[in-house]
Amino acid sequence: MRLSADPTTDTVLKLVTVVVAMFAFVFVVMVPLYNVLCDALGINGKTSAQAYVAAPAAVDTERSVTVQFIATNNDSMPWEFRPQVTSMAVHPGAANDTVFFAANPTMQHMVAQAIPSVSPARAAEYFHKTECFCFNQQPLEGQSDTLMPLQFIVDQDLPKDIKTITLSYTLFDVTDRVSERIASR
Amino acid sequence: MSVVKRISNALAAVAVLPAVALGDNQVNMSPGVTSIGAEIYDLHMLIMIICVVIGIGVFGVMFYSIIYHRKSRGVVPSQFHESTKVEVAWTVVPFLILIGMAVPATSTLLEVYDNDDAELDILITGYQWKWKYEYLDENGENVSFFSNLATPQEEIYNTDQKGEHYLLEVDEPLVIPVNTKVRFLVTANDVIHSWWVPEIAVKRDAIPGFINETWTKVPEEGIYRGQCTELCGAYHGFMPVVVHAVSREEFDAWMGSKRADKAAQVAASAVDLSLDELMTRGESVYNSQCLACHGAQGEGGVGKAIAGSAIALGDVGAHLDVGIKGVAGTAMQAYGSQLSDVDMAAVITYQRNAFGNNTGDVIQPSDVVNHKQG
Amino acid sequence: MGDHHHGPAKGITRWLFTTNHKDIGTMYLWFSFAMFILGGTFAMIIRAELFQPGMQLVEPGFFNQMTTLHGLVMVFGAIMPSFVGLANWLIPMMIGAPDMALPRMNNWSFWILPPGFLMLASTLFMEGGAPAFGWTFYAPLSTTYAAPSVTFFIFAIHVLGASSIMGSINIIATVMNMRAPGMTYMKMPLFVWTWLITAFLLVAVMPVLAGAVTMMLMDIHFGTSFFSAAGGGDPVLFQHIFWFFGHPEVYIIILPAFGVVSQIIPAFSRKPLFGYASMVYATASIAFLSFIVWAHHMYTVGMPVAGELFFMYATMLIAVPTGVKVFNWITTMWRGALSFETPMLFCIGFLVLFTIGGFTGLMLSIAPVDFQYHDTYFVVAHFHYVMVAGAVFSMTAAVYYWLPKWSGRMYNETMGKVHFWISFIGFNITFFPQHFVGLAGMPRRIPDYALQFADFNMMSSIGAFIYGASQILFLYNVLATIIAGKKVTDEKVWDGAEGLEWTVPTPAPYHTFEVPPKLDPAHAHG
Repeated sequence: MRLSADPTTDTVLKLVTVVVAMFAFVFVVMVPLYNVLCDALGINGKTSAQAYVAAPAAVDTERSVTVQFIATNNDSMPWEFRPQVTSMAVHPGAANDTVFFAANPTMQHMVAQAIPSVSPARAAEYFHKTECFCFNQQPLEGQSDTLMPLQFIVDQDLPKDIKTITLSYTLFDVTDRVSERIASR
Repeated sequence: MSVVKRISNALAAVAVLPAVALGDNQVNMSPGVTSIGAEIYDLHMLIMIICVVIGIGVFGVMFYSIIYHRKSRGVVPSQFHESTKVEVAWTVVPFLILIGMAVPATSTLLEVYDNDDAELDILITGYQWKWKYEYLDENGENVSFFSNLATPQEEIYNTDQKGEHYLLEVDEPLVIPVNTKVRFLVTANDVIHSWWVPEIAVKRDAIPGFINETWTKVPEEGIYRGQCTELCGAYHGFMPVVVHAVSREEFDAWMGSKRADKAAQVAASAVDLSLDELMTRGESVYNSQCLACHGAQGEGGVGKAIAGSAIALGDVGAHLDVGIKGVAGTAMQAYGSQLSDVDMAAVITYQRNAFGNNTGDVIQPSDVVNHKQG
Repeated sequence: MGDHHHGPAKGITRWLFTTNHKDIGTMYLWFSFAMFILGGTFAMIIRAELFQPGMQLVEPGFFNQMTTLHGLVMVFGAIMPSFVGLANWLIPMMIGAPDMALPRMNNWSFWILPPGFLMLASTLFMEGGAPAFGWTFYAPLSTTYAAPSVTFFIFAIHVLGASSIMGSINIIATVMNMRAPGMTYMKMPLFVWTWLITAFLLVAVMPVLAGAVTMMLMDIHFGTSFFSAAGGGDPVLFQHIFWFFGHPEVYIIILPAFGVVSQIIPAFSRKPLFGYASMVYATASIAFLSFIVWAHHMYTVGMPVAGELFFMYATMLIAVPTGVKVFNWITTMWRGALSFETPMLFCIGFLVLFTIGGFTGLMLSIAPVDFQYHDTYFVVAHFHYVMVAGAVFSMTAAVYYWLPKWSGRMYNETMGKVHFWISFIGFNITFFPQHFVGLAGMPRRIPDYALQFADFNMMSSIGAFIYGASQILFLYNVLATIIAGKKVTDEKVWDGAEGLEWTVPTPAPYHTFEVPPKLDPAHAHG
């Protein structure tokens, strides 16, 4: 295909197209593709940001998997944040409930976002959250606390050699981001 | 060793013989103490030896040519310039050698990734610029503490003789039992760090918001030292890792005393201390926690000056606020969870009464407890 | 082009408005040398601080600014523009073209460089200091935790990227459309081939770098979270994007060097290059592989094991075409009639040291072993063996080789040889011990180190000062040649040199090949 009668102009136009395409490639291909791959392969122990719709399946009562919970605060996040139960033994296929405790000791209203990460990373795709406080931001008035629910199912297809799954939440202070977004409206 | 002597040694080494320089310096990777470390070392040596052999062959041919095919010897240059057979040969042969390398590399890699069946889980969190270790407990009774560089500033700034473990010593090491599969869960609080101990062949990046895992099983008691290996800001070079591998009994005893410490700390928060006690303790807390950023005389640096600052001379509550909650968006972290209430009280008292800040304020541990509760 | 048949304009306007490929090439070369000295000065500060354990000269934060700027200036200011300068001078002469295809853009692509670097250097004087997050600028250290000067750093990268892209488009357009009749692709000199492939790499990956810094800019100023976990982003994504650019970038730096060596070794062996076609294919294979190996820089971030294996195998494969190239060069020398003028010495230095760097690269490709090498001085030693002994040595060889053609004057051969030996010895004293300290456990990018690393660091610093000083000799030799060197008039300055650039008068006139040359059809490639 020729873009111009002049061969030099033709070459230049084609190359400019490549440049523009590669710039766009970063935004419209690399970023979404990375996220898709992360979700699918559990790169970084990322889990899906959407609630899992449970398909009814048999509970494998023969097998028991330990699920550990970890809570960390990012940077200077002042909240108290911890799991109510630090680990539980679950059967693949069964629905499980637990809660995390969060308290805002400051005088101000704050908004937090919890980011989940699963280890080992290859367990991430078998760890389904049917309900999670991490799907939404968590606002909390100063000097108050709350219990945040988590409901999950460990998939029956979890590779047999995985006996422990660690679910870690990192709590980020997103108060500024939220107020900026309101201000910009 | 004096500087002059070291310079002359280095010069001698440069000038005379590389062997002189080698001396007792470590020149090769250490196999370390773990089985993975030994495998990695073997793999490293295998590939290095293959490279050396190929190198000797290639350079041998080249130097032969340089010596015997010189124009000054009056040789007439040959004009051959291609041979498909030769090209195919030196494509296929290296390829086969590479396959030979890939096989053992793959099996070692799979072992490194085998994190199953750990008996002890430790959460490692990288901070600018220290490590936090948290021993995960099934009953939620986690034991955690921070591990800071213990090398004094005087040694770093050359006003004092440097110790044997200069820059590789911490106030509180990670303690693990020997012959136990320990799983490390690695994450970070702010930027990316990397936790590395060469002797146990563990290196894993600590990434904020995400968790990584790796493991070790140390067969020998001993002290193993390492460092952060991912650039994490100004004091990246000053956050060492020290691991003490001890017997199971010693480990249990240590764990017991850690738990007792935790209880004692709570009790200590209720006891009032004198200004002198607070100042002495505050000075040591200041030197290990604050000095790097705020300066030896509270003159500031990465952080703001404390000497004569509005915060240190102003309202006690606001000062405690900064110490406990940190300042969002700056390198000033929330120390509320990092320091005990006694240490927090001591360091705030110290800051308000040192560097010419003569407020006379005495902050007691109970004040810190009350402040935290609002 | 009305001024085509005149000589150069007089005074400063000649340089400001020039569209002549030789003038622009000269400016690129001088600019890159100035950047080489600047980046070298940063390196001297680094080595002076590391001369002894303890903090002596600079603060840790400033040390990080030095390592960052040293890397950025050397990669984007010294090495890349120097090869663009070489391309400007030589590609038209090698393919029998009167000039570059897009002379006006050529002027622009040079003249946006100095302001770009001025912007980058000015960050040193800003509040919070210059960028201090390493030339790889990993998020979030380079976003949430960076000094305010990061915004200027981002704009500087955009400018440098634009310059590189414009330069590459020009080179591709020239090579594809301006070849003299009969100059088929497989008759082009290897330097032109390697640059053509390099230019395609640049066009493909510089926009990726631009994308990465644009995302940083948006994260910092516009509240997006590409690289921040808080908003659903991922700091590791930054590393993937950066190295998707960064690995091809490594070959962008080294491929033109391969081209230079492939011109010079045959000339001083008085024998045609062995395996011309296989050299072209090997270069293309290396370029292709460079797109699928990026994550070997990230073995420790916690990729799934399948990913580690894929990137390990792909990376190991690069050893094959690289080996082919080395074997071809050595076979070119085999049974030639060798002589050892300065350009040849630098090429042999390149061969030896680049091969060592290639071996350590192969060692680094082995993922499990890399857990011990990663981010240590072993890596620092490795990439200086391939970049300094690879790119810089070959660039130096190129200057000595073509300087007589450019200036019509011969450099001082004795001084050139002295320069080579001081460089070669200084380089090895600097970087060979870094293998040792790296294996012994010294992390990179640290301003101070444990006592067991002291001896080798001091040695390394001494070597660095020697290597640094040898560049002053180089500058002197080049200046002395241009001003008062012995005049040469032979078209073929070197008896073994082949190629169209050796058919024009010496010194090369302002305009060459206004009438396309007639190629000898029996003649193979240059």
